[in-house]
Amino acid sequence: MSIFKSLVRKEALHIVRDPRTMVITLLMPIVLLLLFGFAISTEVNDVRVVAVVDQFTDETRGILQRLSVNDYFTFQGLTAPEDVDMLLRSGKTDAALFLRNEEGLLKSQIVVDASNTNTAQTATAYIRGVINGTSAKSPILTSTLYNPQLKSAYNFVPGILGMIFILICAIMTSVSIVREKETGTMSLLLVSPVKPRTIILGKLVPYFLLSCVILTVMLLMAYTVLGLPVSSSVISVIAVSLLYIILSLSIGLMVSTVVDTQLTALIVSAVMFMLPVIMLSGMIFPVDNMPVVLQWISNIIPARWYIEAMRKLMVQHLALSYILKDVLILLIMTIVLLAASIAKFKSSTK
Amino acid sequence: MTMDKGNAISVRNLTKRFGSFTAVDHISFDVSKGEIFGFLGANGAGKTTAMRMLCGLSVPTSGDGNVAGCDIITQAEAIKHRIGYMSQKFSLYSGLTVEENIRLFSTIYGMTSRQIREASERLFKELGMQDMRRAYVKDIPVGWRQKLAFAVATIHKPEVVFLDEPTGGVDPVTRSKFWELIYKASSEGMTVFVTTHYLDEAEYCNRISIMVDGKISALDSPADLKEKYHAATIDEVFRIVAQNAQRGD
Repeated sequence: MSIFKSLVRKEALHIVRDPRTMVITLLMPIVLLLLFGFAISTEVNDVRVVAVVDQFTDETRGILQRLSVNDYFTFQGLTAPEDVDMLLRSGKTDAALFLRNEEGLLKSQIVVDASNTNTAQTATAYIRGVINGTSAKSPILTSTLYNPQLKSAYNFVPGILGMIFILICAIMTSVSIVREKETGTMSLLLVSPVKPRTIILGKLVPYFLLSCVILTVMLLMAYTVLGLPVSSSVISVIAVSLLYIILSLSIGLMVSTVVDTQLTALIVSAVMFMLPVIMLSGMIFPVDNMPVVLQWISNIIPARWYIEAMRKLMVQHLALSYILKDVLILLIMTIVLLAASIAKFKSSTK
Repeated sequence: MTMDKGNAISVRNLTKRFGSFTAVDHISFDVSKGEIFGFLGANGAGKTTAMRMLCGLSVPTSGDGNVAGCDIITQAEAIKHRIGYMSQKFSLYSGLTVEENIRLFSTIYGMTSRQIREASERLFKELGMQDMRRAYVKDIPVGWRQKLAFAVATIHKPEVVFLDEPTGGVDPVTRSKFWELIYKASSEGMTVFVTTHYLDEAEYCNRISIMVDGKISALDSPADLKEKYHAATIDEVFRIVAQNAQRGD
């Protein structure tokens, strides 16, 4: 067996023999995906809606018909204009649609309970969708491209991928390298004829392979269970993800060269890389809504570019040429980090 | 620099500075082949730094040295093939079995599968560890772990083996058993370079050096040192030599 292979085997045995790590790394992505895909969903189901109609025409009947058969609504029927206020106040309905015929034209107004802004916005968008295409034009015509049902899973899949790889590659790799420093096995390797390059690769390759397995599982789930539409962009999705995995591994290597204990490695990786991914990458909170300073900071967070690229590929099905900027930024970050951490690792052994 | 045929380690004016701090200050000594050389000194005296330079892990600021026939500056990589190293933590991979550790390290030292098989058979028999070969290293007692670490450090039959406080934290009985292994290796021609905190152990060495504040303050056989300082034990010698030390804790 070659030296490199025996180092990879050693690392793989350590990963496989630690049941807790195995459970966390394999189960967590799946749980997160299901959690964000189904449980934590910003899409709004069963919007309770009443309608106020002054005159029945084919057009108004059509709208009411569409409201009542649409899965996203619970149509509560017609009501008198003076009751709407009470229904909304008592929380018995979420939204009211006013339809009035004026000189042969249909005028509409949506009154919505905005105590939960997210629900209110989504409900409004749904109702607009229902009355679109009739003569009752709402003030602005909205069409929701790429994700017409506003499914939140579409939005979260790239974010979860961005988070998981930081977790597995950056945190696990840095902790495992630092563990060897702590237990002293690293010095055994360093006094041996093994080249530092081989030691590093022997550490990174097993976690790279593990990440590939997880990427496969996550993509399979995203395209089947979560029903993300499959398109030709899948190849680009895989390519960009592999780049991001390598980037995350370089982060792990970088962390391991600057810290000395497993605990610090964990804290540094978690606070410096995990938290920003969740808060600043646009995974949950849109980057454009952030204060300018935080927007600047988000520029240096790799996950921001990865998630942006993934959304373009997975949700918008754009060709690779549309994400050149994101890929280029990720590539530069990878090269800089990898070069810096290998140089740092080598100098720390001198 | 030329080296005596009989010396396994030969060092002249070896110096290592970190900024303005001189960790190792112009040390010179020779260790002959098959010798057990004790490298003593208080904490912070510069033992570890000196040892790292001899192992090719650290580049000296000035001075030169020769280990197992290789120059420590220009042939640092070649040295690594000819030395063995065991650190104070008797570090092996605790999550791997005894057998897997032996396989890993002998592969790293470039041994063939046949050599590995023969060497591990011999090793299990000599140490009497046949029934432990599939046990995880973390599960076997400290004394055994330490013997195993020594066996692994010398599995490729190095010319010089560096032992960095190999007996830290073990009881006297286990320690004396461990020294039997060292004697055996030395009788087979292996040079042993050992640092220790236990001054009674220093008596087992052929010669010892005592480092104080980065310099070698005393170097001789234990008997000659005791005579020179009119001391009954090496412990007393150490106190006399190290009493003016500025560094340490």
